[in-house]
Amino acid sequence: MKKVLFIAPLIVFLGLVAYFALGLTRDPAAIPSVLIDKPVPTFDLPAVSNAHASLATTDLKGQVALVNVFASWCVACHIEHPTLMRLRDRNDFLLVGINWKDKPGAGAAWLARHGDPYARTGDDADGRIAIEFGVTGAPETFIVDREGRIRYRYAGAITDAIWENEIEPIVKRLQ
Amino acid sequence: MIAEFGLFLLIAGFLVACFQGFVGFPRRPTMTQAHAPEIIRSARVQFALIVGAFVCLTVLHATSDFSVVNVVENSHSAKPFVYKVTGVWGNHEGSMLLWTLILGAYGFALSFGDKTVLQSLTLRIQGMIAAAFLAFVLFTSNPFERVLPATADGRGLNPLLQDPGLAIHPPFLYLGYVGLSITFAFAVAGLLQGRIDGAWASRVRPWTLAAWVFLTIGIALGSWWAYYELGWGGFWAWDPVENASFMPWLAATAFLHSVRVVEKRDALKVWTVLLAILAFSLSLVGTFLVRSGIITSVHAFAVDPTRGVFILLILAAAIGGSLAVFAVQAPKLSSSARFDPISREGAILMNNVFLSTACATVFIGTFYSLFVDVLSGERLSVGAPYYNATFLPLMALMLLIMAPGAALGWKRGNLKPTLRRLLPAFAFSLVIAVIAAAIYWPKPVAAGLGAGLGIWAGAAAIAELARRTKLFSVSSNISWRRFVQLPRPFIGMTLAHIGVAILVIGCMGAGVWRNDVVALIEPGDVVSVGGYDAILTGVSRGQGPNYIYDRAAFEIQKNNTPKRTLTTERRFYPVRQMTTTEAGIWTMPAGDLYLTLGESVGDAWGVRAWYNPFALWLWIGSALIAIGGGVAALRPRTRHTKNTTRTSTSIKQTEPRPIETSLA
Repeated sequence: MKKVLFIAPLIVFLGLVAYFALGLTRDPAAIPSVLIDKPVPTFDLPAVSNAHASLATTDLKGQVALVNVFASWCVACHIEHPTLMRLRDRNDFLLVGINWKDKPGAGAAWLARHGDPYARTGDDADGRIAIEFGVTGAPETFIVDREGRIRYRYAGAITDAIWENEIEPIVKRLQ
Repeated sequence: MIAEFGLFLLIAGFLVACFQGFVGFPRRPTMTQAHAPEIIRSARVQFALIVGAFVCLTVLHATSDFSVVNVVENSHSAKPFVYKVTGVWGNHEGSMLLWTLILGAYGFALSFGDKTVLQSLTLRIQGMIAAAFLAFVLFTSNPFERVLPATADGRGLNPLLQDPGLAIHPPFLYLGYVGLSITFAFAVAGLLQGRIDGAWASRVRPWTLAAWVFLTIGIALGSWWAYYELGWGGFWAWDPVENASFMPWLAATAFLHSVRVVEKRDALKVWTVLLAILAFSLSLVGTFLVRSGIITSVHAFAVDPTRGVFILLILAAAIGGSLAVFAVQAPKLSSSARFDPISREGAILMNNVFLSTACATVFIGTFYSLFVDVLSGERLSVGAPYYNATFLPLMALMLLIMAPGAALGWKRGNLKPTLRRLLPAFAFSLVIAVIAAAIYWPKPVAAGLGAGLGIWAGAAAIAELARRTKLFSVSSNISWRRFVQLPRPFIGMTLAHIGVAILVIGCMGAGVWRNDVVALIEPGDVVSVGGYDAILTGVSRGQGPNYIYDRAAFEIQKNNTPKRTLTTERRFYPVRQMTTTEAGIWTMPAGDLYLTLGESVGDAWGVRAWYNPFALWLWIGSALIAIGGGVAALRPRTRHTKNTTRTSTSIKQTEPRPIETSLA
């Protein structure tokens, strides 16, 4: 009987490890966005420069769209940029960018240097539209369906693996 | 070049730590002594290598080398130089490097101790822990990673972290967390040897006290920083990360009390060893909590599941391993000493019950939301009402027994004369409790009771000190001589207990009795709180080194007489697009006047004003607790040898023992 008392701490601890391990499979970043299944907020953003197309709510209707929030000051945006560049020529969905809280010209300069994957790029200099989207940080990506409703939110850099396993299946399903 | 050299030193440090932990392994643990010289030398070399790596990272940050990812993500050329240096540990990778640096420093210090089997075994276990954490840094959090091509400028350090209070808060916290690893290593080494006795206790106690003092300072600094920098007028939020630092503190506090029983009376051994394992385990759990992002919190700045898995593995190996050793070896520990329930030992046992139950309630509060999530996928959070209902009553009970318990004699105490002696202190605290409850009515009466309990603990501790020094009954010279000759642990304990009393009053004041008002005012308008009138004289805009600020100036009046001016700022950091608050605080002994500036609407400004009674007492109380711990650690080693030989533990002794001592 007394032996059991001495082993008890170990057993309790092993239970805790199992519980932590399970807890790790939960993604705290996956806080369900309140906007899921809601229409895209109404906005009309100017283009980042004259050479780019502007972005408004109406542009997002009629096809599946990916709205990617990026900024020139964002290091993780560098990481996902090559993946986005490989999606540039896909015509089964629309890839658009929101340039979040950048200095005037910085977003356009960044796109000129690293390549422009976006069909349209809105300049959200004061971050007001990002707030409406409930953006918590850059990069962040929203999938918008044909009817203009937000169907999925991904916080963080999209890598090739994440694109193939998480995002592309949803895009396919919505088509 | 510097980055590569730093990485090289780090890898070398990892290899040396592996050698330190595993040389001549596996063999019988007591044969470690044969490798003592190598182990001692490795501990020193390992420390030197990590110091080198840390210096490299510091140079990279100080010179703003933007070809290193860590510098790019956490620094900016426009940042003040001081914060370039403190920014080294203001991020995940750097702070883990600091963790291993401090671990190495403790090992280095320990390598100069007496050359016993216990010491070399302890150093070996330290080596294993160091190897695990260096592997963690190397494989999941390399601070020397390059980014190619180099970027033009960095992202800047989170402006909240650009603050002197927060710059020194993590090092203190880590000195505490990591210091508990020594206690842990001592416990495992003692278990492996089968010797947990007075000599063991007197060796481990100063190390634990040192770690505990650092942890106390670290927690207090964090709380102080949150108080003046976050601009929400509070000092403690039961945030998971605050809890993560508080749980090991509670366990270590319990350990420091029970280890005295092992030292003086050769009892409570099994329990004490378990507490030592628990204290460090909780600091590992704390690290896991912060670094894995398993629970979202304002502090969780490295959300990365791979890191979480790695730390979970370290956790499983360290805690699981030590608890396995405990399961095998602890039943063999025996104690010949017995004691009455009414005795110093009995009181310390009660204290341990309260502290560990309190620790458990904090643990449950911290992990309950995760637990529910795992079971049902529901998300919720546990807040202050839970802690008020569970943690505070336990603390109240502990305050109640604290002073009489400390005044009881060892082995067999006599409650009646002790209580009679403390009657004046009790009456005094009762009066204060009633007065406080009346003054602050309709605030909860429980707060008056809490303050009364604090006064009781403090006044009784002072009364006991007066008795032991015969204050007022003999000349002050003789009293002083008696005071100096008191055992240092007693002086330290008394200081710490008085500190607790002061801290409790601070908690009641700044936590319960505070008042706040929110107002939208234009220059010339008044906002009144706590008997003070703050007149907004104007708001000016200006430019700091890497931020833009709006500074509001207030003229403070009491009863229509001008007292002083007070300014408060809102700062905007363009690089991080973040706004921070610099609260305007007028600290007085009886309370703080605390002003913050909000958004502007036209010509009007949002202003929030608090009056926080006794806020200063929080910091004085915490400081006194830390000083008490320091005084207790200064004690020269007492004559133990006689005691030890008499009651030394024999591993083979297996005859039945009374249940209360064997459990204890």
